[in-house]
Amino acid sequence: MTKHHIRTTINGDETDVLVEPTQSLLDVLRDELHLTGTKEGCATGDCGACSVTIDGNLVCSCLVLGVEADGTEIETIEGMASGDELHPLQEKFIEHVALQCGICTPGLLIAAKHLLEENPDPTEEEVRYGLAGNLCRCTGYQKVVEAVLDAAQVMQK
Amino acid sequence: MGMKPSPYATKIPYEEKDNKVVGGRPDPKNRSDAIDKVTGRARYAADYNLPGQLIGKVLRSPHAHAVIKSIDTSEAEKLPGVKAVVTRDDFPDMEVEHAASGELMVNFRDVTRNMMAREKALYDGHPVAAVAALSESIAKEAMKLIKVDYEVLPHVIDVRDAMKDDAPLLHEDLFTKGAGIEPDPSKKSNIATRMESKLGDIEEGFEQADFIVEHESNTKAAHQGYIEPQASVANFTEGGTIEVYTGTQGHHVFRAQIAKLLKMDISNIKVVPAELGGGFGGKNNVYLEPLAAQLSRKANRPVKMVMTRDEVFRATGPTSGTNCKVKMGCTRDGRITAAQAELNYQAGAFPGSSLPLASITVFTRYDLENVLVVGHDVVCNRPKVAAYRAPGAPMIAFAVETAIDDLARQCGMDPIDFRLRNAAKQGTQTHFGPPLGQIGYIETLEAAKASPHMKEPLGPNQGRGIASGFWFTIGNDTSATINITEDGTASLIFGTVDVTGGMRSAFAMIVAEELGIPFEKVRTQVGDTSALGFNFMTAGSRGTAAGSMAVVKATRDAIHRACEIAARKWEVETDQVVWENGHARPASANVGDFEPMSLAQLCREATWFGGTIAGHAEINVAMGGPGFGTHLVDVEVDRQTGLVKVLRYSIFQDAGKAVYPAFIEGQFQGGAVQGIGMALNEEYIYSDKGTLENPGFLDYRVPVASDVPMIDTHIVEVPNPDHPYGVRGIGEVPIIPPLAAISNAIYDAAGVRLLDHPMSPPKVLKALDEAAPAEAAE
Repeated sequence: MTKHHIRTTINGDETDVLVEPTQSLLDVLRDELHLTGTKEGCATGDCGACSVTIDGNLVCSCLVLGVEADGTEIETIEGMASGDELHPLQEKFIEHVALQCGICTPGLLIAAKHLLEENPDPTEEEVRYGLAGNLCRCTGYQKVVEAVLDAAQVMQK
Repeated sequence: MGMKPSPYATKIPYEEKDNKVVGGRPDPKNRSDAIDKVTGRARYAADYNLPGQLIGKVLRSPHAHAVIKSIDTSEAEKLPGVKAVVTRDDFPDMEVEHAASGELMVNFRDVTRNMMAREKALYDGHPVAAVAALSESIAKEAMKLIKVDYEVLPHVIDVRDAMKDDAPLLHEDLFTKGAGIEPDPSKKSNIATRMESKLGDIEEGFEQADFIVEHESNTKAAHQGYIEPQASVANFTEGGTIEVYTGTQGHHVFRAQIAKLLKMDISNIKVVPAELGGGFGGKNNVYLEPLAAQLSRKANRPVKMVMTRDEVFRATGPTSGTNCKVKMGCTRDGRITAAQAELNYQAGAFPGSSLPLASITVFTRYDLENVLVVGHDVVCNRPKVAAYRAPGAPMIAFAVETAIDDLARQCGMDPIDFRLRNAAKQGTQTHFGPPLGQIGYIETLEAAKASPHMKEPLGPNQGRGIASGFWFTIGNDTSATINITEDGTASLIFGTVDVTGGMRSAFAMIVAEELGIPFEKVRTQVGDTSALGFNFMTAGSRGTAAGSMAVVKATRDAIHRACEIAARKWEVETDQVVWENGHARPASANVGDFEPMSLAQLCREATWFGGTIAGHAEINVAMGGPGFGTHLVDVEVDRQTGLVKVLRYSIFQDAGKAVYPAFIEGQFQGGAVQGIGMALNEEYIYSDKGTLENPGFLDYRVPVASDVPMIDTHIVEVPNPDHPYGVRGIGEVPIIPPLAAISNAIYDAAGVRLLDHPMSPPKVLKALDEAAPAEAAE
């Protein structure tokens, strides 16, 4: 299969990569670029474990072709902390014990960050609907919702 | 469990004391797994890559039931980039041999047939061949070139259909075994086992009853729904050794199973448990590991295999679908006089459902004199069931706890008072064997009764339901090693896979408590199979309860070493030195006037006085410390759509003594939401061809954040008398009550009794429609 050259900016780094035309962005991130923080839970856009942003839009990277990423700016979980400073959402997820097995955590964090950028002071219901595209099977969501609401308060200060 | 308790199993009596760390809330940032999990660094099985690795894929049967007449892999093998193909011919056949795997037993004759079909394909998704190639796209191309000649047979999906005399038979050598089956039957059957246990005289019990309630419930198979699909990387070397990186709840058990299936020495295999992306019992069984290993052996290269979600649903264990019949009687004043149940449980393609466990839990919340429990383990053309969080219990609790509700109603009693009237307590004789020890069921009921939830007003079409659950805590082989590092900090290696991060944290707290050093000075990690002696799986709620027994023993072993060093330095006997607040001190003034020595000081002296400070424990932990829980739920029934909305939810559960309360809350909430999902939505749906119609998260809908409310948790603490910190297993109880609690709440809201699972809008609407004419006539 002939590969295509694409150039994207990932977490601020300009990146060149050769991709198969049928390869999803998720597979490109994980298998070609070894950015394995983004997870595959279903590959059909139902679980949100592969959430990333492309040019600021929240997407399931399993539903985007690698070739479509050419010329875009992508943010993944690996770019969320700045240096050794965790993002307030990462801090609050830990503080509220909002993660157990952790497989859904990167996707939830990316989705929550996007949610708070769109709506910096959400209600509980808005958080629940805002994260309804991200499945978590361990926590029952409560501590996740509490962490996001708490992070929103901290980020507004 | 049926296993005879060993007189050599370890129990340590509960030590009542004021803890500094245990039971508190240490800085969770020091959780050994926390930073890795929020930054994407944590390595799950699919995140491992080895140099030169191939990608393996599995070809699966599209038929529910078919003879495999032949498999031709020649064209696939010729495809450039294909490095190995394996089929049934690449694995030795196995004799009947049973072994414990998690909470259920496995039979190697069946394990080898489940990982790779031999004579027949027995379910949609059953593996028939596997390919390793340079890339996933080549492996997929190769699978299309494999020619399998099937002779399609009639299939059977439903448990009641499979029990019929004229049902299509899955196995040529299956005859019903078990209680009351005499003489040995001559006719083959899909009923693998009949079980029976009883107490008192059931007929007599029903004669004493003023009220009798009979319930027949049906539940569909539901999947564990872990978000991480199964994944394994295997690396077979020319030296005949193999390393396997995999997602597992029990790497030592997996190692033993791989050795058996591939006829290898156990010592030639190393299994490295990756961070686990959810298991809930579903990762107690090998699926990909032996295939990846054999492909690697054939190709002489590492092989990585990752399941798709479709494969996870079609071929890894869901829980049993069931048919349960319950008959219970009570006197006018609310005393249960008789309790009878028949449990018919799907095992999937091979015998061995959760029936033996479910049979234990049926009525084990109540103090009963007359009990009869009969069960059937039934094979059908579905994936072999796996454990799923309190395997088998939610389904039978669905029938029993709704019957309890109806009995209470007939007596005109409050459902909590009715349960209190009959509640099991210390000394209550169970129908399956031993009397119960110190337990906290009554305390959970009393906590529920006193909770603010009970005072919340209910609106129109809203109702409140209650239900309770019981699950045991298993013990078994448990290993731990603690190494005190040169600076006096501690590094704990343990063998029970940590499925949530909670174990690593709880163990660090216990080590900190024992050693008298701060929580952040303890790092904890799960060791691979080469690091420790055999350690049983994370199953049966044993993780923290059993694991921490080994941790306590190992830490006390290290403390003994530390005291020995102080004694040698002070030139006294070791028993003249005590450990207090993180220091070795003379046991009394008579020993001498020595300055207490900290762990860090002792480490500096260790080399001269004998060597590094470390401790270890390899123990068989005694089973014990069962858990009980009671749930309260308020729902609203939409009479137009049949939708049931959960408005309010509260959990009251005996956790023994809580080590890290925030994690226990998370377990309660997560288990309850799985139960809510099972109650309202989740079900396996099969076509008339016997193929699974909803093998994805779009159509197999697990709860999302907007489906559920906040869930109040109340940790009841009745210590486990056989554990130094009073710990009980807590992970499984929370999934048991929701089905019944929600059915009871729907009854309270709308006056209809749902016993057909899931209680999805079409079922609720149907029940409302059927009830409507009666209402109109009133």
